[in-house]
Amino acid sequence: MDFTHTDTRRMLADTIERYLRDKYPLAPRVEAGNAAPGFQPAHYEGLAELGVIAALFPEDQGGFGGEGFDIAVVFEELGKRLVNEPALDNALVPGPILAAAGKMDAVEEIIAGSARYALAAEEPQAFYDLTEVETKAVKSGDGYALSGTKSVVKYASGCAGFIVSARTDAGISLFLVAPDAIELREYNTVDGGQACEITLDGAPGEMLVEDGASALDAASGRAIVALSAEALGIMATIREMTIDYLRQRKQFGVPIGKFQALQHRMAEMLLEIEQARSAVINAAAALEKPQPERDRVLAATKYSIGRIGRLVAEESIQMHGGIGMTWEFDLGHFAKRLILIDHEWGDQDFHLARFINASRAA
Amino acid sequence: MDLNFTPEEQDFRTEVRNWLADNLPEDLATKTRNDAPLTKDDMVRWQVILNDKGWLTYGWPTEFGGAGWGPVKQFIFEDEMARACAPRILPFGLKMLAPVLMKFGSKEQQDHYLPRMCDGTDWWCQGYSEPGAGSDLASLKTAAVRSGDHYVVNGQKTWTTLGQYADWIFCLVRTSKEGKPQEGISFLLIDMKSPGIEVRPIRTIDGGHEVNEVFFTDVKVPAENLVGEENKGWTYAKYLLTHERTNIAGVGKSNQELDRLKALARSQKRGGKPLSEDPLFAARMARVEIDLMNMEITNLRVLAEAEAGGVPGPESSMLKILGTEIEQELTDLTRRALGRSATALTPEVDEPGYNGPHVAPEGFNNATGVYFNHRKTTIYGGSNEIQKNIITKMITGL
Ligand SMILES: Cc1cc2nc3c(=O)[nH]c(=O)nc-3n(C[C@H](O)[C@H](O)[C@H](O)COP(=O)(O)OP(=O)(O)OC[C@H]3O[C@@H](n4cnc5c(N)ncnc54)[C@H](O)[C@@H]3O)c2cc1C
Repeated sequence: MDFTHTDTRRMLADTIERYLRDKYPLAPRVEAGNAAPGFQPAHYEGLAELGVIAALFPEDQGGFGGEGFDIAVVFEELGKRLVNEPALDNALVPGPILAAAGKMDAVEEIIAGSARYALAAEEPQAFYDLTEVETKAVKSGDGYALSGTKSVVKYASGCAGFIVSARTDAGISLFLVAPDAIELREYNTVDGGQACEITLDGAPGEMLVEDGASALDAASGRAIVALSAEALGIMATIREMTIDYLRQRKQFGVPIGKFQALQHRMAEMLLEIEQARSAVINAAAALEKPQPERDRVLAATKYSIGRIGRLVAEESIQMHGGIGMTWEFDLGHFAKRLILIDHEWGDQDFHLARFINASRAA
Repeated sequence: MDLNFTPEEQDFRTEVRNWLADNLPEDLATKTRNDAPLTKDDMVRWQVILNDKGWLTYGWPTEFGGAGWGPVKQFIFEDEMARACAPRILPFGLKMLAPVLMKFGSKEQQDHYLPRMCDGTDWWCQGYSEPGAGSDLASLKTAAVRSGDHYVVNGQKTWTTLGQYADWIFCLVRTSKEGKPQEGISFLLIDMKSPGIEVRPIRTIDGGHEVNEVFFTDVKVPAENLVGEENKGWTYAKYLLTHERTNIAGVGKSNQELDRLKALARSQKRGGKPLSEDPLFAARMARVEIDLMNMEITNLRVLAEAEAGGVPGPESSMLKILGTEIEQELTDLTRRALGRSATALTPEVDEPGYNGPHVAPEGFNNATGVYFNHRKTTIYGGSNEIQKNIITKMITGL
C-alpha cells in the first residue's frame, strides 16, 4: 500500500500552494464574494494558467489528469486558502458533459480559463435530488424549447452557455442553452460567492446528452470528490488556526489550551479530521469503481464530510470564544464555507439514505 | 406530585395570552418570528406598550413599582410572550442593572434611573468584557482613578451588545491593583455622551451589527455614579449574574421555534414526500423535541424550588447549557430543512421595496445567518465550558 501522491500531483499541489500563498489573501476574496460576479476573474485565469483546470481533465480531453486523486489534490489546496473561484461549478462539472457531447472547442476554452459554463440542474422542489426535474423540453424545429425554473445555479453570470436538465418523453436529458435565452436573477451566498435563479420560458436548447440521469450521476461523483477535498483543506486550516489560538489566548493566567476541557475537544476534532481525510482518499479511489461500490463510498464520504464539517466549524468557533463570531477574524469565513458544503450536491442525510440504499444493493 | 399549574396560574396564562393577541403589533410579531433584525424604535415601541400595561417591570418588587410576580408567574408570562413572538425585552437595564440598583444603589440612583429605564428614556448596555478579560472577567483592566469629585476612566470594553443605541453603560472598572483581582473592581454608571467615549461597531459572521467596542480616553465620571462601595463591584456583578436566571433556558422560545420548524418540514418535500416524513429528518426533530420536553420539566422543577424561596445556584448553569444547546440544534435543523435554498444570502427579502429573487420559503430568508449568529449563545453570558466548571465545583466540590 502507498498513501503518497505521485510526484506530478505533489508538484501541482506545491504550485497551487505557492500561488495562493503569494497572491490570494483572504480580505479581497471575502469582498469579492459579496458582490458580483462573486469571485476574482483575474485569479480564475491565473489558476487556469498554472494548469489547475487542465489537471481536472484527462489527456484525451486536452488536460493532464482528470482522475479522482487529481481532483482531490487540487481542491484540497483551494480549500486551505478558502478559494471561491468557480473551478468546480464552471469547469469540473460542465467540462466532461460537454466533452461527452463532442463540444471539444468549449472544453478547450474551459481548460484555458477563457470561457465558463454552468450546470443548471437543481430545481426549487428538488431537495438535492437532481432527478426531480419538472423543466420540460419539447421539440421545436431542429432543436428543443425549454420551460421551467432552476434554483441556486452557482457562478452563472458571464457564462458562455448553460447545461440545463429537462424532461422529454424519453426521460431526463441535458441541453445546451445560450445565455441570452435565459433570465437570471443573481444574489450572493452566505459563504461568499454568487448564485442565481433561472427562468426558462421556451428557451431554445440543443440536445447535448440524451441519458441525462447518468451524466448527472457522473458529474455528482466528481463534484463530491472535489467538495469533500475542499472541505478537508478548510478543516486543515481551521485546525491550525484553532491550535494556534489555544496556545496564544490567555485566560486565568494560562493559555486556554491548558484546560483539559478544551484539550479533549481539540483531540476529538483532530481525530475526526483524520477520518475525513480517509473518507476523501476512499472517494477519490472509488470514482472509477463499478456500482454499487462507487455509490456506497461516495455517499459515505459526503455524509462524513457533512457530519465532521459541522463538528469542526462549531467547535472551532466555540473554542475561539467571542472572537470566533466576528467577520473581521478569518475563522468565521472558513466555518461558513464548511457548513455550506453540506448544502451542495446532497447533505449528510441525503447521502446517509443513499448509503443505506446502495448497501442494500451490494 | 402534580405537574399542572394551579387554576389561578392557568387563568393568568389565559389573561396574558388574550392581552397579547389584542396588543402585540402584528409587524413586530412578524419580524420576531422571522428573526428579522428589530430597530431601536421597534424595541422601544413594544417596551412602552408593556409599560403602559404595567407588565414591563414584571420581575420587580412592588415597592419599586413592579408587578411583584413570583417566579412561576414570571415564567408563564415569558412563555406566552415567546409563543406569541413578542420582541424580547432587553435585559441590560430592566433585568441586570435594576436589581443591583435596588439592592446596592443609593436612593437618588434608584429614584433617578429606574423610572427612566421603564419609559424608554435611557437605553442601557453592559460593559463587562474586555479584549483580555472574557471568561476571566476579574482580570479586567479598564481603570477608574478618583480625582476630586469624579473618576477618570481609561480603557476598553468589548462585545457591548447594542451599545450603538445606548445612552448609558454600566461598567466594571478597576479602582485598585491591591490584593486579589476581584477585590479592586468597582461598579460605575457612565453616560455614553461623555467626551472621550468612542463606540466602534464589530461585524459578526452573519454580517450583522449587534456588538461594539467601546473606548474610554480620560472620560470624566461624577463620583455619585459609583454604585455601592468602591472595590466591591465584584459582589454586585455576581449578584447580577445569579439574578433573574430562572427562565434562562428559553423554553417558550424553543417551543415556538420547534413549531415553526415542524410546519416548515411539513411544507418542504424530499423525494416527493413531506420532509417531516423523512425518517432521518423526523428522527432529528424527535430527538430535539424530547430534549426540550425534558428540559421543560427540569425548568419547572427549578421554578417550583425558587417559588418556595430557594435561590438557583448550579441549576441556572444547567438550564443555560441545556437551553442554548437546544436552541442551537433548532437553528441547525431549520437551516437543513431548507435544503439548498439555505445557501442564499438574501436577508433583505423582508424589507419593503425588495424586488430580488425569493429563494427560501417566506419567513426563512435568513435561517443560515440565524444559525451562525446563534453560535454566540454558548459563548456569551459565561460560556458553556465555564458553566460546566461551575456545576462540577458547586455540586461535586471537585
Ligand atoms: C454576541 C456576543 C454578545 C456579547 N454581549 C456582551 C455584552 O453586552 N457585554 C459584555 O460585557 N460582554 C458581552 N459578551 C462577551 C462574552 O461574555 C464573552 O465573549 C465571554 O465571556 C467569553 O469570553 P471570550 O470571548 O473572551 O472567550 P475566552 O474567555 O477567551 O474563551 C475562549 C474559549 O476558552 C474556553 N475557556 C476559557 N476559560 C476556560 C476554563 N477555565 N475552562 C474551560 N474552558 C475555558 C471558553 O469557554 C471558550 O470556549 C458578548 C459576547 C458575544 C459573542
